[in-house]
Amino acid sequence: MKGGRGRHCGVSAALKQGQITPTELCQKCLSLIKKTKFLNAYITVSEEVALKQAEESEKRYKKGRSLGDLDGIPIAVKDNFSTSGIETTCASNMLKGYVPPYNATVVQKLLDQGAVLMGKTNLDEFAMGSGSTDGAFGPVKNPWSYSKQYREKRKQKPHGENEDSDWLITGGSSGGSAAAVAAFTCFAALGSDTGGSTRNPAAHCGVVGFKPSYGLVSRHGLIPLVNSMDVPGILTRCVDDAAIVLGMLAGHDPKDSTTIQDPVKPFTLPTLTDVSELCIGIPKEYLAPELSCEVRSFWSKAANLFESEGAKVIEVSLPHTSYSIVCYHVLCTSEVASNMARFDGLEYGHRCDINVSTEAMYAATRREGFNDVVRGRILAGNFFLLKENYENYFIKAQKVRRLIANDFVKVFNSGVDVLLTPTTLQEAAPYLEFIKEDNRTRSAQDDIFTQAVNMAGLPAVSVPVALSNQGLPIGLQFIGRAFCDQQLLKIAKWFEKQVQFPVIQLQELMNDGSSVSEIEKLASVSLKH
Amino acid sequence: MAAPMLRWWCLGRRWLLACIDGGSRHGRGAAIGFTSSRKRGQTSVAQQPLITSQKSRKGEHEWAAVVGLEIHAQISSNSKLFSGSRVHFAAPPNSLVSFFDASLPGTLPVLNRRCVEAAVMTGLALNCCINKKSLFDRKHYFYADLPAGYQITQQRLPIAVNGSLAYSVCVGKKPSRVITKTVRIKQIQLEQDSGKSLHDELRSQTLIDLNRAGVGLLEVVLEPDMSCGEEAATAVRELQLILQALGTSRANMAEGQLRVDANVSVHHPGEPLGVRTEVKNLNSAKFLAKAIDSEIERQIHELENGREILNETRSFDYKLGCTMPMRDKEGKQDYRFMPEPNLPPLLLYDTESLPPGADPQQVINIDWIREQLPELPSETRERLIQQYGILPEHSFALLNEVGLLEFFQNVIKETRAEPKKVTSWVLNIFLGFLKQQNLAVNESPVTPSALAELLNLLDRKAISSTAAKQVFEELWRSEGKTPSQIVSEKQLELMQDQEALEQACHTVMEGHPQVNNIHPPISLPGTLTALKRALDKVMDVKRGNPRAINKLIGLVRKATLSRADPTAIKEILERKLSP
Repeated sequence: MKGGRGRHCGVSAALKQGQITPTELCQKCLSLIKKTKFLNAYITVSEEVALKQAEESEKRYKKGRSLGDLDGIPIAVKDNFSTSGIETTCASNMLKGYVPPYNATVVQKLLDQGAVLMGKTNLDEFAMGSGSTDGAFGPVKNPWSYSKQYREKRKQKPHGENEDSDWLITGGSSGGSAAAVAAFTCFAALGSDTGGSTRNPAAHCGVVGFKPSYGLVSRHGLIPLVNSMDVPGILTRCVDDAAIVLGMLAGHDPKDSTTIQDPVKPFTLPTLTDVSELCIGIPKEYLAPELSCEVRSFWSKAANLFESEGAKVIEVSLPHTSYSIVCYHVLCTSEVASNMARFDGLEYGHRCDINVSTEAMYAATRREGFNDVVRGRILAGNFFLLKENYENYFIKAQKVRRLIANDFVKVFNSGVDVLLTPTTLQEAAPYLEFIKEDNRTRSAQDDIFTQAVNMAGLPAVSVPVALSNQGLPIGLQFIGRAFCDQQLLKIAKWFEKQVQFPVIQLQELMNDGSSVSEIEKLASVSLKH
Repeated sequence: MAAPMLRWWCLGRRWLLACIDGGSRHGRGAAIGFTSSRKRGQTSVAQQPLITSQKSRKGEHEWAAVVGLEIHAQISSNSKLFSGSRVHFAAPPNSLVSFFDASLPGTLPVLNRRCVEAAVMTGLALNCCINKKSLFDRKHYFYADLPAGYQITQQRLPIAVNGSLAYSVCVGKKPSRVITKTVRIKQIQLEQDSGKSLHDELRSQTLIDLNRAGVGLLEVVLEPDMSCGEEAATAVRELQLILQALGTSRANMAEGQLRVDANVSVHHPGEPLGVRTEVKNLNSAKFLAKAIDSEIERQIHELENGREILNETRSFDYKLGCTMPMRDKEGKQDYRFMPEPNLPPLLLYDTESLPPGADPQQVINIDWIREQLPELPSETRERLIQQYGILPEHSFALLNEVGLLEFFQNVIKETRAEPKKVTSWVLNIFLGFLKQQNLAVNESPVTPSALAELLNLLDRKAISSTAAKQVFEELWRSEGKTPSQIVSEKQLELMQDQEALEQACHTVMEGHPQVNNIHPPISLPGTLTALKRALDKVMDVKRGNPRAINKLIGLVRKATLSRADPTAIKEILERKLSP
């Protein structure tokens, strides 16, 4: 099991045993952030805040009063979560310079656990995209573009293009968070997931991307894309870490009326040793013609793995899957049109110089503040919400959404424990390739396996499986029953252990590989069992 | 005296707003459901009184007016509908604004339990059907004092529907008849108030105050069952009293806690309803009636002159006394309603449907709220009539002034005087003094106990009613003195001493020598005529003229400084004069 990540002892234990101090850990991560600046993973690096938090954590450790597994652990947060005193831009000119006066509940919970906030990560503007290429601060580069694994494969192939321009996208929209975790600049990052925005970049960057059940984790402070589908996502380098973070974040929030009322207790993920009692569903509709052979082959290998270990693997049907993307388009743009109405230049954010009239000011502010993707979705959404269109579009889409959700309910009621699907059609595309298609087309293609889950509010996790022929990560997705997040992660953890996904090798790229390898040894928060 | 000034100031400012901005912020919600209600409204048209046009020479055209109302009542609560900000009138601008109220991105609405209870209670008091499941919607429009770009309201499924409001009008005088009318209530919905725009014309800028943004409102939609300004104003007044009795809204129109928009149309009876206009900015009951009546007149005038009524929004210009089109309300708005995704459906329970073991903090029981309903104004009036035997119109008058009923009841508690006497004193003298000085009941210098004591003095004939009025004036002027003190200081007690009274009568009669065969006084020629007249009176009395004896009584009273009981005087005089 050479190169497997599961062998390292957790950084949390290292902190407790004093092998490393929070400040040292923070400084190592800060130095990696600087070295990987070209990845454009971070919009804001909150160095001062981070060092101060690390210092406080260090004091706690010295007194033997650590707050728990996350105390002193460097984390990053997608730049669409409000952070008190730290600029929160949504990668939009509209919010450049906007400093929220409050913390999102999830951010506050992480800080309350002693986590050290390294910075705010890059994304598609207002999380609208699947490449992390459409933000006001430029695209995020996939760390795997610079990995030894990928470079070696490239050398074997003849290619005339300039190597530097041949970098890969991270996927999105939480590409910054995925890249930040993949490049060891933090141990966990928050993303958001509306149609796959956490799972998609996780798959492309070879990390774990977890989307909790809708209502399990508070959205208060998450700048919304689609309120009825958004959930804070968790990106980590292993499933156990995702479970630890989920344990800290899950539960009712009085500030978010859509969160569950029942209290959620913190938990550690038990190790599953026997999968023979499990029933794994393989949705036949997910066998899309665009699916790459390689992904398809890993998908069936995974199914075989479960079967060979005694699990029941059956083909299931989610018949309304093909309507999902168009339905999502209507619902998403409608809510976007509504949610974006508040950005009028009056209370906060960008305001244009035009002051002929309030209306002229609104128009110019919104034209200058939003990119074409956002403006296009606002236009479409307002069209769908017009009185004469509402029945034909919005109401119909809601009905289709119900059918899609019912598909899942039926499958789970038939005894299936989890669904196993691909996360993406193929591995990460080169940037130049990716931008040949427009954002809408790309989002429609890339969200194909992920976004039905958001319609139904189910938990889902993308687990990296293996490297493709090109040396790029491929992820597979597990979809669980609503609010059975822990069971889902338990199965994902078992799977993760079987596949032993290789560690990214970035040493060459960073001239001096020392800092990476040191952190690599402490790759995860958790102690491996 | 601060309160009336404050009110004036607010009124002034509101009108300033109305003139420039043209926007009462609240009827933007308005159009909801009117079309459907108008269809249903036709059934009630037959009952509408007819208005005969003043220009009857053009033919004996009779017109019927149809009036519907949309009323926004600010919920009386400590905090806003969806945020924890305090609710307080006339706080410094933007001092009561939470992150949610300012629509900071990422903030979410959290429903205020108190506002829901207020809506349920109001719905029950207005005989509504309470929906056990209701939904919230977003209504979109861009306006500077609407920070989110949408208002959260209940468009699809409101909290209460299908109610009714009975209101009474007194017709004729002595004896007056009380006619009770009913207006149907289409629905009551919970929604957010907007902020306020203050337009500074001098610097050509608009200032935004978000204190009001997000305050809970009850929108009460009254079906077009009314036919004139007075009916509308009376219905609004009754609603106001109900809200105040419930404590669900302070419903003070001057402070903007009750805002009314009226939908007005006219038609010939038997014909389809006419095109309606919406009249906004109706900030007092007086203007409400005037605005509606002037709009009815305008519509009739337009139609009789062959012009059309446009489906438009108009505002009432209180200086000109007529309605004017509102410029910024031109063109159709599409509010692009959609469900509010951040609020789950609002579920209410009754004792039957209450889930066992439910946390009382998390559920609202309609039956429990029903049990808490206080006495409603109509019930109070009925009780007053039954309990005290007062006239129906007096029961209305007692409820019409804030605090007057309480004052009345406190007086009743402490006096032996007849309720009718108390009613008369409270409604005529006490209220008269208040009105004259433009004071509220709670600003009165005369306490209920003082009035009760005064009425007791009157009741046991310790003072005459003339003296009682004098004492009242004195009480009004000099706080702190009791009626008894004033009576004794001013020597206003009735003469209880029979002998002294006899003496007084005797003296007056003595002034008329003719009667007693005494020589006429000749000392002062100037008084001769007067004496002659008095003499005549005595003679008249002897001849049985009752008016004459009254005059004599008057003279005796005057001589006793009004301290003598007229009945006693009359008795003595009659005895003395009888042959």
